[in-house]
This record gives sequence, C-alpha cells and structure tokens, in this order.
Amino acid sequence: MAEVSQGGGGGGHKKGGKVRAKKASTKIDMTPMVDLAFLLLTFFMLTTTFNKPQTMEITMPEKPKPEDKLPEVNEKKVVTLVLGKNDKIYWYHGITDPKIEVTDFSANGIRKVLMTQNSQIPGMILLIKPSEESRYKNMVDILDEMNITNMQRYALVPITPTDKELIKESNL
Amino acid sequence: MGKAKVHRTSPSLDMTPMVDLGFLLVTFFMLTATAAPDEPVAVDMPSSVSEIKMPETDILLITVADDGKVFFNMDGKYNRQELLKSMGERYNVQFSDEEVARFAVMSTFGLPIGQLKEFINLAPDERKKVNQPGVPVDSLNNQLKDWIIFSRMANPKLRIAIKGDSDTNYPVVEKVINTLIDNKVNRFNLITNMERNPS
Repeated sequence: MAEVSQGGGGGGHKKGGKVRAKKASTKIDMTPMVDLAFLLLTFFMLTTTFNKPQTMEITMPEKPKPEDKLPEVNEKKVVTLVLGKNDKIYWYHGITDPKIEVTDFSANGIRKVLMTQNSQIPGMILLIKPSEESRYKNMVDILDEMNITNMQRYALVPITPTDKELIKESNL
Repeated sequence: MGKAKVHRTSPSLDMTPMVDLGFLLVTFFMLTATAAPDEPVAVDMPSSVSEIKMPETDILLITVADDGKVFFNMDGKYNRQELLKSMGERYNVQFSDEEVARFAVMSTFGLPIGQLKEFINLAPDERKKVNQPGVPVDSLNNQLKDWIIFSRMANPKLRIAIKGDSDTNYPVVEKVINTLIDNKVNRFNLITNMERNPS
C-alpha cells in the first residue's frame, strides 16, 4: 500500500527473526489545512460583491453653434417639468399662461401625469428643468421615469428666471 | 443474558468531498475577487431601473460627493502616466519620473493640480487622512476640463461615467455636465444602483 516505511529505526526483532520496518501511518491530520481553507472561503465569500454597478446612459445634445437655426416647436406640445426642492415636481402644459400643478416622484405622481399627458398630447415634448434646490437624485429619478414610461422626446434644459417666477407665484 | 449490542460505526466520516468542494470554492472566490479601490469619499448612489452594466476598463470616473466636491479617476497605468505628464506641462508643474510612476497606481483624487505633487509623495495610508478639497470646476479655474481633455488624448476609447451622491445639489452636477458638453462629450454614463422595474 501507499505507505512510506520509516528507515528501520526501533523495529524490534519479531518471531521470524526478520528485521521489520516500523510502519508509520501516512495519514496526516488535515484539520488545520481545512480550517484555513474554510476561513479563506468565508472571507472571500463575504467580501465579494457580484453586482457590478448599473449605469444609465444619457446622450446630451451638442451645443448649438451661434449660426445654427434652432427648431421651433408648437407650444401646445410642450410640457415643462421643474424639479423643485423637497422632491417636488412642478409641471405645466404649454408656455403662455400655464396652469402649474405640483406632484411628486411616487408611482401615482409623476408617472400618472406622464401617462395621461402622453395620451392627450400627440408628439409631446418634455422639458426637464432641475432647479437650484433640486438634488442629483431628482435628476436621476426623472430620467429613470422617462425610461419607465417610455418617453421619446425629452430634454434636460437649464431653468429660466420665468420658471422660477411662475413657481414662486403658484405658491405650491 | 447477553445484552443486544448496538452496532457501532466509526464516528470519523470521510470528509474528502466536502474539503474538495471547499477548495474549489476558495479558488473560485479568490480568482474572481477584485480588491475594492479605496475611495476618498463615500458616495450613496441613487437607484434606477437601467440594466446597462458598467464596462470594466477604459473608464474615466467623475465622483461628485454630497458636499459638492468633485473627484477624478481614470484607469490604465500607462494612460495615467501620459495624463500626468501632459497635465504637468499644461500647468507648469514638474513631476519627476518617480512621481509619475506613483501617480499611475493611485486611485481617485480630488485636488487642484498645485497640491497634487505633495499628495503623490505621501505614503498611501497618509493619503487617506488628507481632506481633499476636490478638483476645481469653476468657470474661471476649470481643471476638470483639462483632466478630461488630456485623459481623452491619452486614451481615446475612454468612456466617461459620473458617480454622484443622491444628495448632491443639482448645480454642481450641472457644472460637471456642462464641462463635459463643452468638451464635446455628449454621451456619458451615470452610475446608479439597481432598482426593480415597476412596470
């Protein structure tokens, strides 16, 4: 068998008079090794993170050159969303004399607004205007909402003083 | 009367398959593990339903902390060397070969170029203690712009990703995005956590 004989030391004389090698067992105690292996296993299992971060790809329009003619759109198609502070969204339809309404980021809030507006206005164009008080999370959430509701035409545009006035006046 | 003897089996069982499996798993986890790079700030990312995975290489990462500090990182050892040399030329800061080599293996930093030399020469564990002021992104002194320009020169395949904290004020993010657009980077990634799609 696969046993290593240890050179003759100590083997006493047996009946047959033959010098017999003392047979030591080849079984070594593997407990420490296994302990260590499982320690490592636990360590790596706990420190490994499988989920790589997700990313959201956004493509911004190129900066218009001064000589470029900007396309004109019908104001009836435009819906403006202003991201305010404390996770509020102010939105209005059209440009002249708009009626401001306020909503939030919940499923019954902005998502419902987007769905109903989208079915009422053919070729709706959304203007997303994050205000200075809004947070990065709001921007990501609203872009996410665009993906969820499958909006085709939207743009991230800077807020204008007019928008700020409108929101202040609305007192919502 | 002879007692009925219970047949005793040896209490030592063969653990070989378990140990085999144990080692298999150890090997697997060791090979798949990547050391997490140490970040100077903790960033709590917003979540989105997007399922695009982040590519592993050729990333330029702009981290925006909740206090509005902007941090910069780019991968690729050789590209980083080239980047630091060109940045040094642009801002008239001399970096020795050793400093360039040390910069190549560094991770995220958020310092104006003037303080960078000192930072590079610190020991790695001392660097963690430094309170980094962030890369300047003001319109007067927009160093982030130059970092982006020279990074893209060093590695044209670079993808730009923004990792922002949920509570960052929008104007800071807007500044970063405008810097990108000014440099004709119209397509970039926002790193988010995963969220289940409600629809």
